[in-house]
Amino acid sequence: MAKLTFKTDKCKGCGLCVDVCPKKVLTLAADKINAKGHHPVEAVNMDDCIACAFCATMCPDCIITVER
Amino acid sequence: MVVFEKPHALADVPLHYCPGCTHGIVHRLVAEVIDELGIEGKTIGIAPVGCSVMAYNYFNCDMIEAAHGRAPAVATGVKRANPENIVFTYQGDGDLASIGMAETVHSAARNENITIIFINNAIYGMTGGQMAPTSLPGQITQTSPYGRDTDHCGFPIKVCEMLSQVDGAQYLERVAVNNVKNVKNAKKAIKKAFQNQVEGKGFSLIEVISTCPTNWGLTPKKALEWVDEKMIPYYPLGVYKDNTAKKEAE
Amino acid sequence: MADKVLMKGNEAIAEAAIIAGCRHYFGYPITPQTEIAAYMAKRMPKIGGCFLQAESEIAAINMVYGVASTGLRVMTSSSSPGISLKGEGLSYLAGADLPSLIVNVQRGGPGLGGIQPSQSDYFQATKAGGHGDFRMLVLAPASVQEMADLTVKGFELADKYRMTSMILADGTMGQMMEPVALDYDVKPMPEKPWATTGTKMEREHNIVNSLFLQPDALEKSNLERYDRYSYIEENEVMYEEYMMDDAEICIAAFGIASRVAKNAIVEARKQGIKVGMIRPITLWPFPTKVFEKAAEKAHTFISVELSMGQMLEDVKLATKCKGEYVLCNRVGGMIPSPEEVLAAIEKANGGAK
Repeated sequence: MAKLTFKTDKCKGCGLCVDVCPKKVLTLAADKINAKGHHPVEAVNMDDCIACAFCATMCPDCIITVER
Repeated sequence: MVVFEKPHALADVPLHYCPGCTHGIVHRLVAEVIDELGIEGKTIGIAPVGCSVMAYNYFNCDMIEAAHGRAPAVATGVKRANPENIVFTYQGDGDLASIGMAETVHSAARNENITIIFINNAIYGMTGGQMAPTSLPGQITQTSPYGRDTDHCGFPIKVCEMLSQVDGAQYLERVAVNNVKNVKNAKKAIKKAFQNQVEGKGFSLIEVISTCPTNWGLTPKKALEWVDEKMIPYYPLGVYKDNTAKKEAE
Repeated sequence: MADKVLMKGNEAIAEAAIIAGCRHYFGYPITPQTEIAAYMAKRMPKIGGCFLQAESEIAAINMVYGVASTGLRVMTSSSSPGISLKGEGLSYLAGADLPSLIVNVQRGGPGLGGIQPSQSDYFQATKAGGHGDFRMLVLAPASVQEMADLTVKGFELADKYRMTSMILADGTMGQMMEPVALDYDVKPMPEKPWATTGTKMEREHNIVNSLFLQPDALEKSNLERYDRYSYIEENEVMYEEYMMDDAEICIAAFGIASRVAKNAIVEARKQGIKVGMIRPITLWPFPTKVFEKAAEKAHTFISVELSMGQMLEDVKLATKCKGEYVLCNRVGGMIPSPEEVLAAIEKANGGAK
C-alpha cells in the first residue's frame, strides 16, 4: 500500500509532479490555496499509486515523502 | 518503508526559487549525495551571486557566500586551509562562465581538489532575465530583445568542452534534470564528482542544464521540453573528460 | 634580545608574518612588493605552509577570504594598482567580519602610474577601501623594524576585532635594508566559533556571509560594526611624537616622509625653530586627539606627504581648521628632500633667518 505525504505549505503548484506521474494519481487542488498563494498538489487517485517516486524526483521543492 | 524523503543535508526551509525552477532538484541531489557519502559534517559549500545566492541557507553543512564569480578562488582558500574538508561550489552561468571565468579556468588548471556544480540555464535569473554567456544564438532576453545576435555579441560558451582542454581538469560531465531519467543520471554524476574529491582525484565539474520558466516565459512543463528541444542540442549531454579511471589504473 | 639581521622591508614583513603564525599566502606579482611573494614561495613549503600564486589580485584576495573563513591567519600583498583590484574583496571581508592582513607597498598613481614610492593610496586605505561603510586598521611603518612589528601587531588586531589590517608601506620601505630584531611573544589566536571548518554534526551550520536583504538587519550589522570601530578609535591609536613638547610648528608625516621630516626638524632646531612632529602609526584610527592637543600650542601644521594633501585633510579635521596649514609634498614617485621640508618650516616660522 503506497503512501504519499505532502508538505503542502511549501508547494508552489508548479505541477511537475502531476505531469510526471505515470498513473495520474496527482492533481493541483483547484479549490485550495496554500499559505504561499498556490494551488497545492493533492492525491486524488491513491489506489493507483505504485510508489515509483517519480513525483518526488521531479519536485523542485522536496515536499513529497513516498512510502510503500 | 520510506521510498523517498528529504535528505538530511537539505535544510527544512522553503526555497525561494520560482515555481518549477529546477535549482531545487539540483540542491536536493547535492544533499542526497552528501548524505550518502556521510560527509555533511566535513563539507563546506560555497554559494555564488545569482539566483542561488541564498544556497547558504539551504544546506545544513557549513556555508560561505562568495563575491560574484569568485567561488572557485574562495574554495581554493578553504581547501588549502583544511584539505580534509570536502569543498564544493554551486554557481550559475553568469557567475561561473562570465564574471568568474578566470577563477573557473585557473582552479581547473591548478587541479584544485574541489567539486563544482555549475547550473546552466542560459539566462541571468536573479536580475530579471538578461543575456547570459550561455544564452543560445537567437535567444530573446531582456538585454537581447531581438534575439542573441552572434555577429554583435558573440557566441555562447560551452564550459565542459572548453575545460576539457585544460590539463588540470579531471572530471567533466554535462547532465540535465528535465526528466526522471536525466535526474537519475545527474545524481550519478554529482556523486562521482564528490566521490572524486573524497578519493583525492582532483578537479571535478558537473554542468547541469537547468530551467528558468519565469525568464524563459514558459510554463514549468514547457520549460522542461525546451531543454530537450533547444538546450541539449546545443549543449550535448555526456562525459567530456574522465581522468579518474586512468588514475585508478596507474 | 634576539640578534639583529639585515633584511629588506618586504622580507621583514614576510618573515614576521610567518612568526605570527600565518601559513597561507596568496599573491600576484607587482613591483615593488614582489619580494614578499618570493620569500613566501621559498619559505612556506619548508614549514608546512601554502604559498600560491593566484591568477589575479582578485583571485588572491578571494583565496584570502576562503582561508579567513576557516579561521586561520592569512595574508596577501600587492601594490597600488593591485590593491584597487582587491577592493571588492576588502569590502566582502569587512561585510563578513573576517580577519586578514593586507600589505600595500605603494607606488605612484593614478592608473598604471609608476613603480617608485608613493603615499597616494592614503584615501583608499583610510576612507574608501571598497564599497559600503567599513574601515580597515591601517598601519604605517617607518622602518624595516616596524614593517615586521606592525605585521605581527596587524594579525593580532585583525583577529581581535574580526577585520582587515592593512600595512600601508611604500616602495622605499619595501626595498630598503636595515637591521631587524624578530623577537616576538605572539599572542595566541582567539577562539573562532564562527569559522567554517565543518559542523562535525555537532552544531548548527556556520555561515560566512555579507548579504542581508532585509534593510533593518543590514543596518543593524553596520551599526554593530561601527560600535566596534568606536572602541578601536578609543583604544588602538598608535603614534610617535618627536620634539613636540614646545612645538609651535607641527609636522604631520608618516612612513618614509617622516624620516625625511626628522632630518629637517633637527636642522630647524639648530636655528632655534620650535618645530616637532606627530607621526601617525595608525592612519586609521587617526591620532585625532593628539593633533587636537598639539593645536593648543602649534600655530602651523605642515603635512609632509607623498600625495596631494590626502593626509592634510585629516590634520585639518583633527585640529578643527584652527591653524595655518601647509602642504609639503612630492608625488609620482618623487620624495621631498630634507631641504624642501626645512624651507617649508622656515617659511612657516616667518622666513629663513
